[in-house]
Amino acid sequence: MARAVSTRRKLVVTVVAWTVGLLIFFPILWTALTSFKTEAEAIASPPSFLAFDWTLANYAEVQSRSDYFRHFLNSVIISVGSTLIGLLVAVPAAWSMAFVPGRRTKDVLMWMLSTKMLPPVGVLIPIYLLFRDAGLLDSRIGLVIVLTLINLPIIVWMLFTYFREIPAEILEAARMDGADFKSEILHVLLPMAVPGIASTLLLNVILAWNEAFWTLNLSASQSAPLTAFIAGYSSPEGLFYAKLSAASTMAVAPILILGWFSQKQLVRGLTFGAVK
Amino acid sequence: MRSALSLTGAAVAALLGTSVHAETISIATVNNGDMIRMQKLAGHFTAAHPDITLNWVTLEENVLRQRVTTDIATKGGQYDVMTIGTYEVPIWGAKKWLLSLDKLGPTYDADDLLPSIRSGLTIDGTLYAAPFYGESSMVMYRKDLFEKAGLTMPEAPSWSFIADAARKITDKSKEIYGICLRGKAGWGENMAFLSAMANSYGARWFDMGWKPQFNTDPWKQTITTYLGLMKDAGPPGASSNGFNENLALFQTGKCGMWIDATVAASFVTNPAESKVADKVGFALAPDNGLGKRSNWLWAWTLAVPAGSKKAEAAKTFIAWATSKEYIALVAKEEGWANVPPGTRSSLYANPQYQQAAPFAQMTLKSIQAADPKHPTVEEVPYTGVQYAAIPEFQGIGTAVGQVFSAALAGQMTAEQALQSAQALTTREMTKAGYIK
Repeated sequence: MARAVSTRRKLVVTVVAWTVGLLIFFPILWTALTSFKTEAEAIASPPSFLAFDWTLANYAEVQSRSDYFRHFLNSVIISVGSTLIGLLVAVPAAWSMAFVPGRRTKDVLMWMLSTKMLPPVGVLIPIYLLFRDAGLLDSRIGLVIVLTLINLPIIVWMLFTYFREIPAEILEAARMDGADFKSEILHVLLPMAVPGIASTLLLNVILAWNEAFWTLNLSASQSAPLTAFIAGYSSPEGLFYAKLSAASTMAVAPILILGWFSQKQLVRGLTFGAVK
Repeated sequence: MRSALSLTGAAVAALLGTSVHAETISIATVNNGDMIRMQKLAGHFTAAHPDITLNWVTLEENVLRQRVTTDIATKGGQYDVMTIGTYEVPIWGAKKWLLSLDKLGPTYDADDLLPSIRSGLTIDGTLYAAPFYGESSMVMYRKDLFEKAGLTMPEAPSWSFIADAARKITDKSKEIYGICLRGKAGWGENMAFLSAMANSYGARWFDMGWKPQFNTDPWKQTITTYLGLMKDAGPPGASSNGFNENLALFQTGKCGMWIDATVAASFVTNPAESKVADKVGFALAPDNGLGKRSNWLWAWTLAVPAGSKKAEAAKTFIAWATSKEYIALVAKEEGWANVPPGTRSSLYANPQYQQAAPFAQMTLKSIQAADPKHPTVEEVPYTGVQYAAIPEFQGIGTAVGQVFSAALAGQMTAEQALQSAQALTTREMTKAGYIK
């Protein structure tokens, strides 16, 4: 009886999980399917799911109109660069907050998080003027700096949460064995926090990859990443849904593939310390 | 040996000379068919001007507007050529943020530009932007449905005819709706249509003292007519419909009439995209006999920001892209039906264009019927047919658009929507210092 209940429960959970998963994935699937339709088929009512004349014309046109690989390269440099620099700053910061907390550590953490609550458009003009004067407009360095700064609170918070799960006694033991600060972090703390760091890294690469406000406003032709690439295919006056879908598919494909291959690491990191 | 050396020296000098004088200009533009075509044909320009290289930044209209506004207001200097609309030109020109385009070369026939378009881009006698393509709005209708209902569309219909015809054509059981109109909130969405419609009812946004006029009878008639018509003969969920949504409805045969941008004519008559391509007729936007029709006027223009360090190269490009020669080039490469419309008188006198574009004369008449300097029955202190060319209008227009969209969705009555529009516009205009 117990086994029957368990099997039924397992079945229900599986069906619910698949349903939720498909619901979440459906918009991406629909975008990918639309990218292989003609513009007329893309707006057809009722829409056809698979029975349409498949075409690669949209991809060919998108590639002929825009330099995909330049945008892709900019996206890689900006997202990976900002995440690595963010980690470099955040690891010592999270270490100090997790293992040597002061009286105001919680306040500092809350303050860092509060910076994420400000609507970005509120600081657009001051940052634009700073970038103009520093010659950073339309530069990859400028975008790496701004994305590092806006994602830093999340990186620090995530690492802080992971580090707190690591027993301080292990670090103390390392210190008693003569490990200096550098060795303590590099050879003791980091190996134990690898799942957490990996998931922080992946999540921030995804966040930086998808960031559209700053990357659109601070870039022009040289540093424009894939967000600008997609923005070039949306039009309020003209039905170019198939081309827009092709551009969107090309833009999200790399990050989807990255997420697919690293999902085990990502889930392991995100659930790290959830169950003791 | 000596001659070889001198030849090499001359080549190096020539190369250096080229690199010293070569200039790269950045062009910010919107993603629509005509602009994409320009980008495709730009090789002809660079072949004729090897000393100028073009860098394109193509963005969606709203993103582009935010981007270029930030750049020009902060003198960021990111762009040498900006694609801007007739809304921005009077504001930016008056602030001297744009360079004069009065001298675009001896062969640039500025007198050939359509007067109504040119006047909207001219401030105190100076042309601040060159029109790339222009548009108005008109009625696009299904000739087969009209014939079936025993109706004949006049060339210049009235609102009462349009309303009657829309109700007669509607057959909701077959998903055929008599009229499709914009309902999606936004100053360039439903308010473009409603402001132009209000003009034909004798309404205006502001009186000469900048006092909002939503509490007047003409606005009440406008909104009541619009809501009633859409309730009886409009498609479901119309409060979410903008240009693209209505285009999709019309192209799939679900609209009897659609009043929108003249640029839509080329889409709905294209057999590759439209199921009703051979059944579409055109008429002027309706009026109420008050001397103003409900059609708007818009042009996408090319302008040079005052901060550009490559102004001469930018002007050379604009002179090419907005010239009669460019129109001829598009006609040669892509056919007459694909030339950018609505900017030059000579295009509408061209029999080849008239033949290729059956909507050409209606487009011209619609553009000529709009006067951005005198858009309303009564006098107004602003320029613009479907907008008031003041910096505050984008915010106010969108907020008012949200109220009218909510009324269309049935969330409030016409009376409540007008009261709300009046209150919020009065508040913003007082805050901005227009009302003392």
